Amino acid sequence: MSLLEIKNIRKSFGDNEVLKDISLKVEKGEVLAVIGPSGSGKSTLLRCATKLETYDAGEIIYEGSFGLVFQNFNLFPHYTVMKNITDAPLRVQKREKDEVFKEARELLLKMGLSDKEDAYPYQLSGGQQQRVSIARALAMNPDILFFDEPTSALDPELTGEILKVIKALAAEHMTMVIVTHEMQFAKNVSDYVIFMENGYIVTQGTPTEVFDSANPRIRDFLGKLNAE
Amino acid sequence: MSIEVLLRELGKGMLISVEIFAGTLLFSLPLGLIVAFGRMSKFALPRLITKIYISIMRGTPLMLQLLVVYFGPYYLFGVRISSSYRIIAVLIGFSINYAAYFAEIYRGGIESISEGQYEAAKVLGYSKNQTFFRIVFPQVVKRIIPPVTNEVITLVKDTSLAYSLAVVEMFTAAKQIAASQTSMVPFLAAGIFYYVFNLLVALGMEAFEKKLSYYH
Ligand SMILES: Nc1ncnc2c1ncn2[C@@H]1O[C@H](COP(=O)(O)OP(=O)(O)O)[C@@H](O)[C@H]1O
Ligand SMILES: [Mg+2]
Repeated sequence: MSLLEIKNIRKSFGDNEVLKDISLKVEKGEVLAVIGPSGSGKSTLLRCATKLETYDAGEIIYEGSFGLVFQNFNLFPHYTVMKNITDAPLRVQKREKDEVFKEARELLLKMGLSDKEDAYPYQLSGGQQQRVSIARALAMNPDILFFDEPTSALDPELTGEILKVIKALAAEHMTMVIVTHEMQFAKNVSDYVIFMENGYIVTQGTPTEVFDSANPRIRDFLGKLNAE
Repeated sequence: MSIEVLLRELGKGMLISVEIFAGTLLFSLPLGLIVAFGRMSKFALPRLITKIYISIMRGTPLMLQLLVVYFGPYYLFGVRISSSYRIIAVLIGFSINYAAYFAEIYRGGIESISEGQYEAAKVLGYSKNQTFFRIVFPQVVKRIIPPVTNEVITLVKDTSLAYSLAVVEMFTAAKQIAASQTSMVPFLAAGIFYYVFNLLVALGMEAFEKKLSYYH
C-alpha cells in the first residue's frame, strides 16, 4: 500500500523552476533516502509534501498522516521538553492526558532523554534537541516521518546519536523519507534511494543500484563528497 | 492648610493619575495588538490605515490629541460636551496614542519570531489562533518587555498632561495647592509621588522579566 504518492509535481520560485516533474511513491514500512547536491530541490520537495509550500502542478495523495523533523529542530523555546512533546497531542489531537504523558515518557526513554523531561531546549545540546524534536513528531503517531537533513546543524561528533535513533526507527518499520548528506547512513538505512539534481530525479533504485551506478553525475556527486 | 488637608488634596490627584495610568494600559495594550495586526495584514487597506494612524499618533503632540478628542465632538458634530466627558476624553486620548506606540513594539516582536516556529506549529496541526496564542505571543511578550517598560515609565510622567483638559490629576493638584499656599512642599510631594510610582513600575516590570527568564 502506498502511504504517499507524488505525481508530476512542479514548483517554481519566480523564474527558477526548482521541481521539474517529480513523481515518487512511499510504501508502508519503507525508508526512502533522498540525496543530491545542495540546491537540487530536496528541501522544496519535502516542504511540498508536508504542505509547507504550495506547488504549481501535479498531485500529492496521502493515505495517512505525516510528521516532519527540521534541520534546525524548531523546538518551542518556552516549553519544557515534556510540553514540547505533549502539547500538540493534547491541544490538536485532543487525546487523553494520561495516555499522552505515558507515551511521551516512553518516547523519551527511547531517545535516552528520560532525565530531561523538565529541561528547556536551551539547556540541551544540539543532538538532544534534535532527539526531542523527533520525539515531538513521533508523539503525533504519524504514518510517515520526513527528515530534512536532521544532522546538518549538528557538530560532527553529535550526528551519530541521531543516526542511531533513526536506524532504530527503521528497525521498527517506521515509514520515513530522509533527506541526507550522510551517504554511508543512506546506504545502510534505506530501502530505496532517490538521487536529485537540478529539480529532476536523475536516478532511483535500491541503495546498491544507486550507489554503484555508473551514471557519471552520481559518480561525480559521490566523488566530490568523498574528496571533502 | 494642615498637612492632612494637603495630603488629602494631593491624594485625590494621585488617584486620578493612577486611574489614567491603569485605564490607559488596560485599553491601549489590547488595542495596540489589534493595530499591529492591521499593520501586518496581508491586505493593503488595513496596512495603509494603520500606518497613517501610527504616523499621526507619533507625529503630533499628545496634548493636541487630547484637545481634539475632547473638543472634536462639539466642533465636528455639535454635540454638547459635559464636564464628566473630560476624564473619558483623557482616557480615550491616552489609549489611542499609546496603542500606536505599543503596536510598533508588538510588530517588532512578532516579526522577530522565526519562520521555523510557525512551520513547526503548522506541521503539528496547530490552528492559526493556537499558533499565535500558544507559540508566538508568549515569546513576543518576553522579547518586548524592555521597550514596553520604557513606554510605561513615560506614561507615568505623561499622565500630568491631563491638566490640559482641566482634569485635576496629581501635578495639577500640587500646582493649585502650591499657588494658594505659596509653598514648595506640594511640588516636593508630587515629585516624590512620581518617582515612587515609577520605581514601583520599574520593579514590577523587572520582576515580570525575571519571571520569564526561565527560558532563552
Ligand atoms: N522560498 C524560496 N524562495 C525562492 N527560492 C527558493 C526558496 N526556497 C528554495 N529556493 C530555491 O530553490 C532551489 C532549491 O532549493 P532547496 O529545495 O532548498 O534545495 P536543497 O534542499 O536540495 O539544497 C534553490 O535554488 C533555492 O535557492
Ligand atoms: Mg535543503
